[in-house]
Amino acid sequence: MSYVKPAFRHPELPRNELGYTKHDYEGGLSTLCAGCGHDSISAAIVQACFEMNIEPHKVAKMSGIGCSSKTPAYYLGHSHGFNSVHGRMPSVTTGAYLANRDLIYLGVSGDGDTASIGMGQFVHAVRRNLNMVYIVMNNGCYGLTKGQDSATADVGSVSKAGSVNPFDAIDLAGLALELGGTFVAQSFSGDKHQLVPLLKAAMHHKGFSFINVLSPCVTFNNNAGSTKSYDWVRDHMEATATIDLVPLRTEITTAYDDGAHQSVELHDGSTIVLEKLAHDWNPRDRNSAVRALHAARDEGRILTGLLYMDEDRPNLHEILHTTSEPLNKLTHVDLIPGASALEKINAGLR
Amino acid sequence: MEPTKTSNPEYYHKVVDCQYACPAHTPVPEYIRLIAAGKYTEAYIVNWESNVFPGVLGRTCDRPCEPACRRGRLEDKEEPVAICRLKRVSADNRDEDLFQEYIPQGPFPKNGKRVALIGGGPASLTVARDLAPLGYEIDLYDEQPAGGGMMRTQIPSFRLPEQVLNDEVGYILNMGITTHFNHYVSSLQSVLDKNYDAVFVGTGAPRGRNLEIPGREEGAANIHIGIEWLQSVAFEHIHSIGTNVIVLGGGNTAMDCCRTSRRLGGSNVKVVVRSPFAEMKASPWEKEDALAEDIPIIDNHVPLEFVVKGGKLVGMLFDRVAPVYDEQGKRKLVSTGEEPVFIEADDVIIAIGQENTFPWIERDLGLEFGKWDMPVVDAITYQSTLKHVFFGGDAAFGPANIITAVAQAHQAAISIDLFCQGKPLHVRPHPMTNLVSAKMGIHEWSYDSMVTVDDRFKVPHADKSISLKDRKVEVELGFDTHTGFLEAERCLNCDVQTVFTENRCIECDACVDICPTSCITFTMNGPEEELRTRLTAPATNTHQDLLVSDLLKTGRVMVKDEDVCLHCGLCAERCPTSAWDMQLFSYYSPKAGAAS
Repeated sequence: MSYVKPAFRHPELPRNELGYTKHDYEGGLSTLCAGCGHDSISAAIVQACFEMNIEPHKVAKMSGIGCSSKTPAYYLGHSHGFNSVHGRMPSVTTGAYLANRDLIYLGVSGDGDTASIGMGQFVHAVRRNLNMVYIVMNNGCYGLTKGQDSATADVGSVSKAGSVNPFDAIDLAGLALELGGTFVAQSFSGDKHQLVPLLKAAMHHKGFSFINVLSPCVTFNNNAGSTKSYDWVRDHMEATATIDLVPLRTEITTAYDDGAHQSVELHDGSTIVLEKLAHDWNPRDRNSAVRALHAARDEGRILTGLLYMDEDRPNLHEILHTTSEPLNKLTHVDLIPGASALEKINAGLR
Repeated sequence: MEPTKTSNPEYYHKVVDCQYACPAHTPVPEYIRLIAAGKYTEAYIVNWESNVFPGVLGRTCDRPCEPACRRGRLEDKEEPVAICRLKRVSADNRDEDLFQEYIPQGPFPKNGKRVALIGGGPASLTVARDLAPLGYEIDLYDEQPAGGGMMRTQIPSFRLPEQVLNDEVGYILNMGITTHFNHYVSSLQSVLDKNYDAVFVGTGAPRGRNLEIPGREEGAANIHIGIEWLQSVAFEHIHSIGTNVIVLGGGNTAMDCCRTSRRLGGSNVKVVVRSPFAEMKASPWEKEDALAEDIPIIDNHVPLEFVVKGGKLVGMLFDRVAPVYDEQGKRKLVSTGEEPVFIEADDVIIAIGQENTFPWIERDLGLEFGKWDMPVVDAITYQSTLKHVFFGGDAAFGPANIITAVAQAHQAAISIDLFCQGKPLHVRPHPMTNLVSAKMGIHEWSYDSMVTVDDRFKVPHADKSISLKDRKVEVELGFDTHTGFLEAERCLNCDVQTVFTENRCIECDACVDICPTSCITFTMNGPEEELRTRLTAPATNTHQDLLVSDLLKTGRVMVKDEDVCLHCGLCAERCPTSAWDMQLFSYYSPKAGAAS
């Protein structure tokens, strides 16, 4: 027997500025394993979009192949979506983004989809500073094919079957930093207090926002000896800062300790307020972010939270000087400017 | 908050809103599941065991369970499960032979104790049913020619067919009860003289209130007291009434009187009530049924006098009033100062309440009387100050309803049994409870966990043109078995509990994410009032408890607001470690003879 989610919701669910409840941002019922971290990330996405008053039709959910890439079916049921070929989510998103810059591109991928088959695509998406959110649901194993070690499995991590991984892990956050990612963060599926504001900030950021989310695979990689299990991640998490996103036109009401807090204003007028926990770290200084990441890794800690952001680098549309209108909004007049426009161009070439 | 002590059965009992609200604590979801499974006789037995008169109550119960039903809290327009009418489905479709196999069959070995029951209504009959199988020799005294008390005399046949009542009274009397019908007990002393080990008084609230206003005596021939009039109709002493009838009062008796009048020749029947329509005591469905039979209900009218011309009643004068509420919300009816209203009437029925009266109890027996000339009765044991005399039903604490009388009588029977065994009365037997996993396999539960979206089904009524001609034609036709099944499927199975085991939880949030009604939160602990403000969804219904776990690994606690939990089982379905499990909770109120 299968099961369905009842139609009833809490009668007093809060509504956002659009009059929607969280229910309006839900998707279908998950078919992932019970307890999968990915479901929590889906719930965090629902929560973030609800809190940001996002109109569901303004979002495009992009994904490749894998457990992670099934999740767009489980959130934002009223949004656009494209479930692409394995590892090809970045190129499909690039195309969609060039065609319509008005949508919020929410790409989800897994450690296999990104760090193995999709690596070539991933690095170029970072490098080109696509205005998108790129979430990696990182569980360190190939859950859909019964839990083999993936490229993000830590060296020495023990699989459910007992074998020890001999290879060093690809550090996706480090890679994103190295390639010039303009918003780089790490988080944990089991910590929505951190993940939801990070997602909100990432959606506000006008450039490539990368969030590497550790998301335990309860079925194949939640055993003792695994470095991607609920217990291990909880015990080894270390946050750079607590993060709070203050939307435009909202007064900052929380009292922050002056010495430790830092505000980052975003292009849309919103502000990210960080209460710093890590020493010698400045979210706007790439070198300090790289150092903090390395130091944490050396100590066997997992550095989470916002690692780095750069609001000043131009995104792909700005670099390419493309049209400011989505292609589907261009009219006949825009597309066929006529003989006089051609004359001007020709004159410029003489 | 302290971790919830779920080992106390009262915690889970309270979660089963309907059962908790029922005075007799009938296991409602259990019998509804049996109905859905087509096991009508078994469903009937569950009822019979607990409330003794399922067929009667399935038609006439005040149904305190229904306003309590969780389903009614789900959405603005969502209505409770039609619990009462489902009870009737079990009664209508039971197999008589199978039923007889289930119930205790006499003759029962005698225990040498003799008990007298005064009054033959629901309370006395319940005591008889509880005590007879234990070997008590029981004498039942009633002034009527048949058992049933107010169920027979005050509830009209179009709501409760005589056969239904006869069957259920018969089940009890056939247990070897010695009946003394047509026997009015005019002296308690005379009963005490017979040296019973215990005496139970279940004489109800037999006196209808009178209305002493001008014209009462002159018009007496056409002015009737509601419950007395209904009784005369039931015993076929009265067969007709005038064309124009006024019924005074706003309770269920008034509704029964006006509808009975319609069947005895009253074509212009009006209910006139002092209070505003919305504040009338009658159940909403009884008012609806009266209105459906073309009986206007005129509210905010206070009777001034009976108008008698030429020695015959011709009508009544009323003062128009308006309700005024003071700061405490207490109501006062204030005259509008308009001219009195005359309403013509050939007959007037006064149905403005009933009260207790004990002219037959001598006041020198050591049986103490207190306020309002009511006997002093212990609220737990139902024992009077005369140690071997017990009270129950309306006779104990004033008029209530059948299900309350049954519940009190169960307690009185326990007391009588303890008393006759020489045991202390205040050491009460415990309820029988059980908690067992409902898991049958992957995605399989021993209950139907799917939540249907059907609206409450309406019970079909007999055609008015037929039912108004004959007072014995039952108006409500009851659900057919198919509709009964669909209505039964609306039950949320609140007795299948969400049981949480802390040390299995890995705090993966799967339950929080899946819960359709956002009941579950993992958070830092705090005082209840404050904790309620920071849960996933507002927890404003403080009548409903919070289930709070012990500390989890991260230092947080799991908090579940019981208020609108659908018992859909998805938390357990999505829990990777079975920290959540759906477990069937059974709660059976103690009966006489149970171990204490």
